[in-house]
Amino acid sequence: MTPMVDLAFLLVTFFMLTTKFAPEEPVAVDMPSSTSEIRLPDTDILTITISKEGSVFFNMDGKYTRATLLGKMGDKYGQSFTPEETAKFALLPSFGVPMNALKGYLDLSPEDRKLVKQPGIPCDSVHNELQDWIVMSRISNPKLRIAVKGDGNANYPVVKEVIKTLVDRKVNRFNLITNLERTAKAKE
Amino acid sequence: MSEVQQQGGGGKGDGKVRSKKSSTKIDMTPMVDLAFLLLTFFMLTTTFNKPQTMEIIMPEKPKEEEDQPLVNEKKVVTLLLSKDDKIYYYVGITDPTVEVTDFSKDGIRKTLLDYNAAIKDMTVLIKPADNARYKNVVDILDEMNITNIKRYAIVDITPVDNNLIKKKDGGETATK
Repeated sequence: MTPMVDLAFLLVTFFMLTTKFAPEEPVAVDMPSSTSEIRLPDTDILTITISKEGSVFFNMDGKYTRATLLGKMGDKYGQSFTPEETAKFALLPSFGVPMNALKGYLDLSPEDRKLVKQPGIPCDSVHNELQDWIVMSRISNPKLRIAVKGDGNANYPVVKEVIKTLVDRKVNRFNLITNLERTAKAKE
Repeated sequence: MSEVQQQGGGGKGDGKVRSKKSSTKIDMTPMVDLAFLLLTFFMLTTTFNKPQTMEIIMPEKPKEEEDQPLVNEKKVVTLLLSKDDKIYYYVGITDPTVEVTDFSKDGIRKTLLDYNAAIKDMTVLIKPADNARYKNVVDILDEMNITNIKRYAIVDITPVDNNLIKKKDGGETATK
Protein backbone atom coordinates (compact mmCIF):
# COMPACT_ATOMS: atom_id res chain seq x y z
CA MET A 1 0.00 0.00 0.00
CA THR A 2 2.68 2.44 1.00
CA PRO A 3 4.50 2.34 -2.37
CA MET A 4 1.24 3.02 -4.12
CA VAL A 5 0.58 5.95 -1.87
CA ASP A 6 4.08 7.12 -2.57
CA LEU A 7 3.53 6.91 -6.28
CA ALA A 8 0.21 8.65 -5.97
CA PHE A 9 1.83 11.48 -4.09
CA LEU A 10 4.57 11.61 -6.65
CA LEU A 11 2.08 11.94 -9.48
CA VAL A 12 0.07 14.49 -7.61
CA THR A 13 3.18 16.55 -6.99
CA PHE A 14 4.25 16.20 -10.59
CA PHE A 15 0.95 17.24 -12.06
CA MET A 16 0.58 20.07 -9.64
CA LEU A 17 3.95 21.40 -10.64
CA THR A 18 3.38 21.08 -14.36
CA THR A 19 -0.14 22.37 -14.70
CA LYS A 20 -0.04 25.25 -12.30
CA PHE A 21 1.79 27.62 -14.57
CA ALA A 22 -0.55 27.59 -17.53
CA PRO A 23 -1.93 31.11 -17.37
CA GLU A 24 -5.62 31.49 -17.98
CA GLU A 25 -6.44 33.72 -20.85
CA PRO A 26 -9.71 35.52 -21.43
CA VAL A 27 -9.51 34.66 -25.11
CA ALA A 28 -7.98 31.80 -27.02
CA VAL A 29 -5.16 33.12 -29.13
CA ASP A 30 -3.84 31.14 -32.04
CA MET A 31 -0.36 32.51 -32.50
CA PRO A 32 1.36 32.51 -35.86
CA SER A 33 4.47 30.42 -36.19
CA SER A 34 7.98 31.55 -36.99
CA THR A 35 11.45 30.11 -37.14
CA SER A 36 12.68 32.47 -34.48
CA GLU A 37 14.28 30.69 -31.58
CA ILE A 38 14.59 33.43 -29.04
CA ARG A 39 12.81 32.44 -25.88
CA LEU A 40 10.66 34.82 -23.98
CA PRO A 41 12.10 35.72 -20.58
CA ASP A 42 10.11 34.65 -17.54
CA THR A 43 9.89 37.84 -15.62
CA ASP A 44 9.25 41.53 -16.21
CA ILE A 45 6.97 40.95 -19.16
CA LEU A 46 4.14 43.11 -20.31
CA THR A 47 1.91 41.17 -22.66
CA ILE A 48 -0.44 42.85 -25.05
CA THR A 49 -2.81 40.25 -26.41
CA ILE A 50 -4.72 40.89 -29.61
CA SER A 51 -7.66 38.58 -30.12
CA LYS A 52 -9.06 37.37 -33.39
CA GLU A 53 -11.89 39.89 -33.15
CA GLY A 54 -9.41 42.70 -32.68
CA SER A 55 -9.84 43.45 -29.00
CA VAL A 56 -6.75 44.31 -27.04
CA PHE A 57 -5.92 42.76 -23.69
CA PHE A 58 -3.30 43.78 -21.21
CA ASN A 59 -1.26 41.78 -18.77
CA MET A 60 1.80 42.48 -16.70
CA ASP A 61 3.57 40.19 -14.30
CA GLY A 62 4.75 41.07 -10.83
CA LYS A 63 2.24 41.28 -8.02
CA TYR A 64 3.68 44.36 -6.36
CA THR A 65 4.32 46.36 -9.48
CA ARG A 66 0.74 45.71 -10.50
CA ALA A 67 -0.50 47.24 -7.29
CA THR A 68 1.49 50.42 -7.93
CA LEU A 69 0.33 50.38 -11.54
CA LEU A 70 -3.31 50.34 -10.54
CA GLY A 71 -2.73 53.19 -8.10
CA LYS A 72 -1.12 55.29 -10.82
CA MET A 73 -3.83 54.53 -13.33
CA GLY A 74 -6.44 55.37 -10.71
CA ASP A 75 -4.80 58.75 -10.11
CA LYS A 76 -4.68 59.47 -13.80
CA TYR A 77 -8.33 58.63 -14.42
CA GLY A 78 -9.62 60.06 -11.15
CA GLN A 79 -10.67 56.76 -9.68
CA SER A 80 -9.77 55.34 -6.34
CA PHE A 81 -9.49 51.65 -5.68
CA THR A 82 -9.99 49.98 -2.33
CA PRO A 83 -7.23 47.74 -0.96
CA GLU A 84 -9.42 44.70 -1.78
CA GLU A 85 -9.74 45.79 -5.37
CA THR A 86 -6.02 46.37 -5.60
CA ALA A 87 -5.38 42.90 -4.21
CA LYS A 88 -7.75 41.42 -6.76
CA PHE A 89 -6.11 43.37 -9.55
CA ALA A 90 -2.68 42.10 -8.53
CA LEU A 91 -3.81 38.54 -9.19
CA LEU A 92 -5.84 39.21 -12.29
CA PRO A 93 -4.96 37.43 -15.52
CA SER A 94 -5.05 39.27 -18.85
CA PHE A 95 -7.90 41.73 -18.93
CA GLY A 96 -9.49 43.88 -21.55
CA VAL A 97 -11.88 46.34 -19.98
CA PRO A 98 -11.79 50.11 -20.28
CA MET A 99 -10.89 52.16 -17.21
CA ASN A 100 -14.46 53.20 -16.46
CA ALA A 101 -15.57 49.57 -16.33
CA LEU A 102 -12.53 48.25 -14.48
CA LYS A 103 -13.89 48.91 -11.01
CA GLY A 104 -17.08 47.02 -11.70
CA TYR A 105 -15.12 44.23 -13.30
CA LEU A 106 -12.88 43.88 -10.23
CA ASP A 107 -15.89 43.69 -7.94
CA LEU A 108 -17.19 40.61 -9.71
CA SER A 109 -16.37 37.17 -8.39
CA PRO A 110 -13.71 35.24 -10.34
CA GLU A 111 -16.38 32.95 -11.80
CA ASP A 112 -18.51 35.82 -13.02
CA ARG A 113 -15.46 37.51 -14.44
CA LYS A 114 -14.94 34.64 -16.84
CA LEU A 115 -18.46 35.03 -18.17
CA VAL A 116 -18.12 38.72 -18.92
CA LYS A 117 -17.43 39.52 -22.55
CA GLN A 118 -14.50 41.87 -22.37
CA PRO A 119 -14.56 44.62 -24.96
CA GLY A 120 -10.83 45.16 -24.99
CA ILE A 121 -8.76 48.16 -23.98
CA PRO A 122 -9.43 51.18 -26.17
CA CYS A 123 -6.37 51.99 -28.24
CA ASP A 124 -7.58 54.12 -31.14
CA SER A 125 -6.25 57.57 -31.74
CA VAL A 126 -9.25 59.30 -30.15
CA HIS A 127 -9.34 57.42 -26.90
CA ASN A 128 -6.14 55.59 -26.17
CA GLU A 129 -6.01 53.97 -22.74
CA LEU A 130 -3.44 51.44 -23.82
CA GLN A 131 -0.75 54.08 -23.99
CA ASP A 132 -1.43 55.10 -20.40
CA TRP A 133 -1.22 51.48 -19.30
CA ILE A 134 2.10 51.18 -21.09
CA VAL A 135 3.53 54.39 -19.71
CA MET A 136 2.42 53.68 -16.16
CA SER A 137 3.69 50.11 -16.32
CA ARG A 138 7.06 51.28 -17.42
CA ILE A 139 7.17 53.78 -14.59
CA SER A 140 6.21 51.04 -12.13
CA ASN A 141 8.77 48.63 -13.52
CA PRO A 142 11.57 50.15 -15.62
CA LYS A 143 12.98 46.75 -16.54
CA LEU A 144 9.81 45.81 -18.37
CA ARG A 145 9.95 44.12 -21.75
CA ILE A 146 6.97 44.41 -23.99
CA ALA A 147 5.60 41.45 -25.87
CA VAL A 148 2.79 41.47 -28.38
CA LYS A 149 0.82 38.27 -28.56
CA GLY A 150 -1.45 38.45 -31.53
CA ASP A 151 -3.83 35.99 -33.06
CA GLY A 152 -2.75 35.00 -36.55
CA ASN A 153 -6.14 35.90 -37.93
CA ALA A 154 -6.34 39.31 -36.33
CA ASN A 155 -6.73 42.08 -38.85
CA TYR A 156 -3.67 44.19 -39.40
CA PRO A 157 -5.17 47.64 -38.65
CA VAL A 158 -5.54 46.69 -34.98
CA VAL A 159 -1.94 45.51 -34.85
CA LYS A 160 -0.95 48.72 -36.58
CA GLU A 161 -2.70 50.76 -33.88
CA VAL A 162 -0.92 48.82 -31.16
CA ILE A 163 2.48 49.19 -32.82
CA LYS A 164 1.80 52.86 -33.42
CA THR A 165 0.89 53.29 -29.77
CA LEU A 166 4.12 51.62 -28.74
CA VAL A 167 6.26 53.69 -31.08
CA ASP A 168 4.49 56.87 -30.01
CA ARG A 169 5.44 56.05 -26.43
CA LYS A 170 9.05 55.54 -27.56
CA VAL A 171 8.91 51.79 -27.20
CA ASN A 172 10.84 50.90 -30.31
CA ARG A 173 11.94 47.53 -29.19
CA PHE A 174 9.42 44.84 -28.52
CA ASN A 175 8.78 41.17 -29.02
CA LEU A 176 6.21 39.35 -31.06
CA ILE A 177 5.27 36.07 -29.46
CA THR A 178 5.07 33.21 -31.92
CA ASN A 179 4.99 29.46 -31.97
CA LEU A 180 7.95 27.51 -33.17
CA GLU A 181 7.65 26.47 -36.77
CA ARG A 182 8.39 22.82 -37.35
CA THR A 183 9.52 23.08 -40.96
CA ALA A 184 13.21 23.23 -41.74
CA LYS A 185 14.94 26.47 -42.38
CA ALA A 186 15.94 27.45 -45.89
CA LYS A 187 19.39 26.35 -46.80
CA GLU A 188 21.87 29.11 -46.90
CA MET B 1 18.09 -2.25 6.35
CA SER B 2 17.33 -1.73 9.97
CA GLU B 3 14.83 -4.60 9.91
CA VAL B 4 17.32 -7.31 9.04
CA GLN B 5 19.17 -7.57 12.31
CA GLN B 6 16.11 -6.99 14.50
CA GLN B 7 15.92 -10.46 15.95
CA GLY B 8 19.49 -11.44 15.42
CA GLY B 9 19.89 -13.39 18.64
CA GLY B 10 16.59 -15.34 18.49
CA GLY B 11 16.27 -19.09 18.96
CA LYS B 12 15.65 -21.70 16.28
CA GLY B 13 12.00 -22.00 17.27
CA ASP B 14 11.31 -18.51 16.00
CA GLY B 15 12.75 -19.29 12.60
CA LYS B 16 9.44 -19.91 10.87
CA VAL B 17 7.76 -16.84 12.25
CA ARG B 18 10.68 -14.70 11.24
CA SER B 19 10.67 -16.00 7.70
CA LYS B 20 6.94 -15.29 7.41
CA LYS B 21 7.49 -11.76 8.60
CA SER B 22 10.29 -11.17 6.17
CA SER B 23 8.12 -12.35 3.27
CA THR B 24 5.35 -9.85 4.01
CA LYS B 25 7.58 -6.89 4.71
CA ILE B 26 9.27 -5.45 1.70
CA ASP B 27 12.04 -3.02 2.05
CA MET B 28 10.80 -0.15 -0.07
CA THR B 29 13.58 2.30 0.52
CA PRO B 30 15.02 1.76 -3.00
CA MET B 31 11.65 2.37 -4.56
CA VAL B 32 11.07 5.53 -2.67
CA ASP B 33 14.56 6.52 -3.64
CA LEU B 34 13.75 5.88 -7.25
CA ALA B 35 10.51 7.77 -6.96
CA PHE B 36 12.29 10.76 -5.59
CA LEU B 37 14.95 10.46 -8.24
CA LEU B 38 12.29 10.54 -10.93
CA LEU B 39 10.54 13.43 -9.30
CA THR B 40 13.76 15.37 -9.22
CA PHE B 41 14.49 14.40 -12.81
CA PHE B 42 11.15 15.59 -14.11
CA MET B 43 11.25 18.74 -12.09
CA LEU B 44 14.61 19.64 -13.52
CA THR B 45 13.96 18.66 -17.13
CA THR B 46 10.43 19.90 -17.74
CA THR B 47 10.41 23.12 -19.65
CA PHE B 48 7.10 24.82 -19.42
CA ASN B 49 6.70 25.23 -23.15
CA LYS B 50 8.01 28.73 -23.21
CA PRO B 51 6.83 30.60 -26.27
CA GLN B 52 9.24 31.83 -28.90
CA THR B 53 9.49 35.47 -29.76
CA MET B 54 10.75 37.57 -32.58
CA GLU B 55 12.34 40.74 -31.55
CA ILE B 56 11.61 43.69 -33.74
CA ILE B 57 12.99 47.15 -33.42
CA MET B 58 10.97 49.92 -34.94
CA PRO B 59 12.73 53.07 -36.02
CA GLU B 60 12.33 56.05 -33.82
CA LYS B 61 9.85 58.63 -34.94
CA PRO B 62 11.76 61.20 -36.96
CA LYS B 63 11.41 64.66 -35.52
CA GLU B 64 11.48 66.37 -38.85
CA GLU B 65 10.89 65.23 -42.38
CA GLU B 66 14.52 65.96 -43.31
CA ASP B 67 15.75 63.40 -40.85
CA GLN B 68 14.50 60.54 -42.99
CA PRO B 69 17.26 58.61 -44.68
CA LEU B 70 17.34 58.71 -48.45
CA VAL B 71 17.37 55.46 -50.36
CA ASN B 72 18.11 54.81 -53.99
CA GLU B 73 14.75 53.90 -55.46
CA LYS B 74 16.21 51.21 -57.69
CA LYS B 75 17.27 49.34 -54.61
CA VAL B 76 13.88 49.39 -52.99
CA VAL B 77 11.64 46.36 -53.18
CA THR B 78 8.14 47.01 -51.94
CA LEU B 79 5.98 44.18 -50.69
CA LEU B 80 2.29 44.85 -50.35
CA LEU B 81 0.53 42.33 -48.14
CA SER B 82 -3.08 41.98 -49.04
CA LYS B 83 -6.05 39.75 -48.34
CA ASP B 84 -6.14 36.00 -49.08
CA ASP B 85 -2.42 35.76 -48.21
CA LYS B 86 -1.38 37.47 -51.41
CA ILE B 87 1.76 39.52 -51.78
CA TYR B 88 2.10 42.18 -54.45
CA TYR B 89 5.64 43.27 -55.04
CA TYR B 90 7.51 45.70 -57.21
CA VAL B 91 10.95 47.24 -57.54
CA GLY B 92 11.47 50.95 -57.58
CA ILE B 93 8.89 53.63 -57.03
CA THR B 94 8.14 55.38 -60.29
CA ASP B 95 5.85 53.49 -62.62
CA PRO B 96 6.45 50.02 -61.18
CA THR B 97 5.36 46.72 -62.67
CA VAL B 98 3.47 44.88 -59.98
CA GLU B 99 3.71 41.12 -59.59
CA VAL B 100 1.69 38.80 -57.38
CA THR B 101 2.99 35.93 -55.31
CA ASP B 102 2.13 34.03 -52.15
CA PHE B 103 3.77 32.81 -48.96
CA SER B 104 4.82 29.43 -50.31
CA LYS B 105 8.44 28.37 -50.47
CA ASP B 106 8.68 28.94 -54.22
CA GLY B 107 6.75 32.17 -53.94
CA ILE B 108 8.05 35.03 -51.89
CA ARG B 109 11.14 33.28 -50.56
CA LYS B 110 12.48 32.57 -54.03
CA THR B 111 11.65 36.08 -55.17
CA LEU B 112 13.40 37.60 -52.19
CA LEU B 113 16.47 35.44 -52.62
CA ASP B 114 16.64 36.34 -56.31
CA TYR B 115 16.31 40.04 -55.61
CA ASN B 116 18.78 39.86 -52.78
CA ALA B 117 21.35 38.32 -55.10
CA ALA B 118 20.63 40.75 -57.92
CA ILE B 119 20.41 44.00 -55.97
CA LYS B 120 23.22 45.07 -53.71
CA ASP B 121 22.14 46.76 -50.48
CA MET B 122 18.53 45.98 -51.13
CA THR B 123 15.97 47.62 -48.90
CA VAL B 124 12.61 45.96 -48.45
CA LEU B 125 9.54 47.96 -47.57
CA ILE B 126 6.76 45.90 -46.08
CA LYS B 127 3.40 47.56 -46.44
CA PRO B 128 0.55 45.56 -45.00
CA ALA B 129 -2.79 46.63 -46.43
CA ASP B 130 -5.72 47.09 -44.13
CA ASN B 131 -7.18 43.76 -45.14
CA ALA B 132 -3.99 41.87 -44.35
CA ARG B 133 -3.85 39.70 -41.29
CA TYR B 134 -1.35 39.72 -38.46
CA LYS B 135 -0.15 36.29 -39.54
CA ASN B 136 0.98 37.71 -42.88
CA VAL B 137 3.12 40.30 -41.15
CA VAL B 138 4.76 37.74 -38.90
CA ASP B 139 5.30 35.43 -41.86
CA ILE B 140 6.96 38.10 -43.93
CA LEU B 141 9.19 39.14 -41.03
CA ASP B 142 10.11 35.50 -40.70
CA GLU B 143 10.94 35.34 -44.40
CA MET B 144 13.26 38.32 -43.91
CA ASN B 145 14.95 36.33 -41.20
CA ILE B 146 15.20 33.20 -43.32
CA THR B 147 16.46 34.92 -46.45
CA ASN B 148 18.89 36.90 -44.35
CA ILE B 149 17.78 40.32 -45.50
CA LYS B 150 19.12 42.93 -43.16
CA ARG B 151 17.42 46.10 -44.29
CA TYR B 152 13.68 46.09 -44.10
CA ALA B 153 10.99 48.25 -42.63
CA ILE B 154 7.30 48.03 -41.93
CA VAL B 155 5.66 51.05 -43.47
CA ASP B 156 2.08 52.22 -43.60
CA ILE B 157 0.33 51.60 -46.87
CA THR B 158 -0.37 54.58 -49.11
CA PRO B 159 -3.36 55.23 -51.37
CA VAL B 160 -1.00 54.86 -54.34
CA ASP B 161 -0.21 51.32 -53.28
CA ASN B 162 -3.87 50.52 -52.81
CA ASN B 163 -4.48 51.69 -56.35
CA LEU B 164 -1.67 49.50 -57.61
CA ILE B 165 -3.29 46.46 -55.99
CA LYS B 166 -6.65 47.38 -57.45
CA LYS B 167 -5.15 47.92 -60.87
CA LYS B 168 -3.35 44.60 -60.72
CA ASP B 169 -6.49 42.77 -59.63
CA GLY B 170 -8.53 44.49 -62.31
CA GLY B 171 -6.02 43.58 -64.98
CA GLU B 172 -5.98 39.96 -63.90
CA THR B 173 -9.69 39.49 -64.01
CA ALA B 174 -9.81 41.17 -67.40
CA THR B 175 -7.32 38.73 -68.91
CA LYS B 176 -9.21 35.76 -67.48
